[in-house]
Amino acid sequence: MGSAERHPTISEELPVTTIDRDTPVLSLRSRLGRWDAKLSPYLYVAPFFVLFALTGLFPLLYTAFVATQDWDLIRNSGTFVGLQNFADVLSHRQFWIALRNTFSIFALSTIPQLIAAVTIAALLDRNLRAKTFWRMGVLLPYVVAPVAVALIFSNLFGDDYGLINNTLRDLGLNPIGWHTEPLASHVAIATMVNFRWTGYNTLILLAAMQAVPRELYEAAAIDGAGRLRQFLTVTIPQLRATLVFVVITATIGGLQVFDEPRMFDSGGTGGPDQQWLTVTMYLYNLGWGQFDFGRAASVAWILFLLIVAFGLVNLAITSRIASTEGRRS
Amino acid sequence: MPRRTLMAPAIGALSLSIALAACGGSDEGTGEEADGEVTLTVATFNDFGYTDELFDRYEAEHPGVTIVHNRAATSNDARANFFSKLGSGGLADIEAVEVDWVPEIMEYSDLLADLSDPELEGRWLDWKVESATDADGRLIGYGTDVGPQSVCYRADLFAEAGLPTDREEVAALLEGDWDTYFEVGHTYVEATGNPWFDTGGGPYQAMVNQIAAAYEDPETNEIIVADNAEVRAAYDQALTEGETLSANLGQWGDDWRAGIANGAFATMLCPGWMLGVIEGNAADVEGWDIANVFPGGGGNWGGSYLTVPGSGANVEAAQDLAAWLTSPEAQLEAFANVGAFPSQPETYDSVELLESTNDYFNDAPIGEILIDRANAVTVAPYKGPNYFAINDALHQAITRVEDGSQSAEESWEQFLSDVETLN
Repeated sequence: MGSAERHPTISEELPVTTIDRDTPVLSLRSRLGRWDAKLSPYLYVAPFFVLFALTGLFPLLYTAFVATQDWDLIRNSGTFVGLQNFADVLSHRQFWIALRNTFSIFALSTIPQLIAAVTIAALLDRNLRAKTFWRMGVLLPYVVAPVAVALIFSNLFGDDYGLINNTLRDLGLNPIGWHTEPLASHVAIATMVNFRWTGYNTLILLAAMQAVPRELYEAAAIDGAGRLRQFLTVTIPQLRATLVFVVITATIGGLQVFDEPRMFDSGGTGGPDQQWLTVTMYLYNLGWGQFDFGRAASVAWILFLLIVAFGLVNLAITSRIASTEGRRS
Repeated sequence: MPRRTLMAPAIGALSLSIALAACGGSDEGTGEEADGEVTLTVATFNDFGYTDELFDRYEAEHPGVTIVHNRAATSNDARANFFSKLGSGGLADIEAVEVDWVPEIMEYSDLLADLSDPELEGRWLDWKVESATDADGRLIGYGTDVGPQSVCYRADLFAEAGLPTDREEVAALLEGDWDTYFEVGHTYVEATGNPWFDTGGGPYQAMVNQIAAAYEDPETNEIIVADNAEVRAAYDQALTEGETLSANLGQWGDDWRAGIANGAFATMLCPGWMLGVIEGNAADVEGWDIANVFPGGGGNWGGSYLTVPGSGANVEAAQDLAAWLTSPEAQLEAFANVGAFPSQPETYDSVELLESTNDYFNDAPIGEILIDRANAVTVAPYKGPNYFAINDALHQAITRVEDGSQSAEESWEQFLSDVETLN
């Protein structure tokens, strides 16, 4: 925000040009013209804000209201209970397990996913034969519906007759308890998430890589840098802003992971010992399983605050990177 | 349709915010038109066996009535729709509901029309009517089908173990209480080394359905499961016997489906509609058969009702149609179409039902067997608003023991603490 001190902003300039102390009475036409100039911009941006208010802000506030009620979905009414729902949820063992699982799945999916996406993007950035084919190929899993992905992977991760465990048994190894061990179930779910999102992130990173000026590579090559060295000291630093974007979207998506764990077994309630219960599934179970919308709404708000907190951490990192870049130039 | 939903739906968490925001906005597509012209909407799910031809016949018999039939793909879709519109309006004139939702619906029975009609008394099995009657004696649904349970078994595996294979001999062998069923199981396991049933959750569920009030006090809905010795006994027995008898395959899982086909277990407790599930998962397997017996008396799993939302514009006309659709004749047609076993005892004398057989189950006289099994059901277990949450938690407790992650005692303690959070 340092720039605001140096340059006057538009809003500071406006009053100077529009004060009409000495001007004569304007005609209707020119008055309309001035309103047009003043109001039109707001009108142009209004659709977004109206839509946001209807589909974003209203549900958000309404959810906050419901969270303070012992809510009856069907009669659409409730009695005020203050923060009782929050207290209840925070005292539930299942909530904390769900939080643990969410972060575990998030870490297991985001980190390998980004490493893989950067690597694949670097490979695709080279001069390949049938470039478009490969580039579209990595996006293919993204097009597949998550439910279909879950069906395919459930064949892979079956406990007794799944492909992986069958192979392990044939090799004389112990089968893995995909649906009993929390960590194994997280790995399985993270695999599905990665299958779906790696290609998407790859394409975003690839686009950013192609924007890196080629002279930098030429200069690096003249200085004697090899492929790896070029990748580490030219490509990666140039990708920083894009990486931050990818990390933020992956965070938001990762903290809301729902489809994959819900489809991980036939019950869809997160496992007999809540091995893969995530926060959004916990919310769903409260809302649609027990019809306790008060508690479900309070979980929604806790999740919202968590994501905001993560967003702020990300923002801090972003601005730090931006300022280091500014210093360099 | 008496089908417990097999696949969990992928309804995004988004639907929560939509439902929270959905206020008022009723979409009453139907209404009274001029001169007694009436359009009635009927909402069902899966396949109730109601054909267009059946509706055409009703329209012909009742001039001025037009019927629009909407079918949801799964019962979960229908359930979400039913509950999100029950209070605000916008439901069809006739809404099909599954027996599983009835305990939750009972809290809102005043929003549904009272369908009790002296002329229809005695049409349904007593326990079918009892489950749909609220505390004030109002009948909120007309029964369509029921899920009387019997024992399905693999005759080929029985032969290998030296057990009788003929379905009447098997019925005689298993006749008795649960101890008999488990005892025969031990004989089988000793002879073959293979498990007897799919999961301890199967016998447990059947045993708990034979307890009049398992989890909640019928008067106050207070949760009493912690002090109910009968439930604990059923839990303990299912798990103790399960140590040697269970294949530990949780129902509806992929491994369970594979197990139906590859002989992972020799018996399964099966309601009438389960026959289709078994055939669907093991179409190439020869040897599944069904015995006219059920441990500890009778048992019912599943079945549906037709309800009439009280806010509809044509409550009376809808009630007439619902009564017609659940008549013995119409339900016999539904049985012929999709195998939904009727809840109307009058049909049990019909030649059509008595003579029906099932090729896949070795030409078993399926009609006869299911009629006996339906008549054997005596208890309509009380299910309060928390029944399904508690029951789910208990099945999770059984799974935790079967997958080896906890002891029976630990798992029971965790179950009790989970139940406490329901308050």
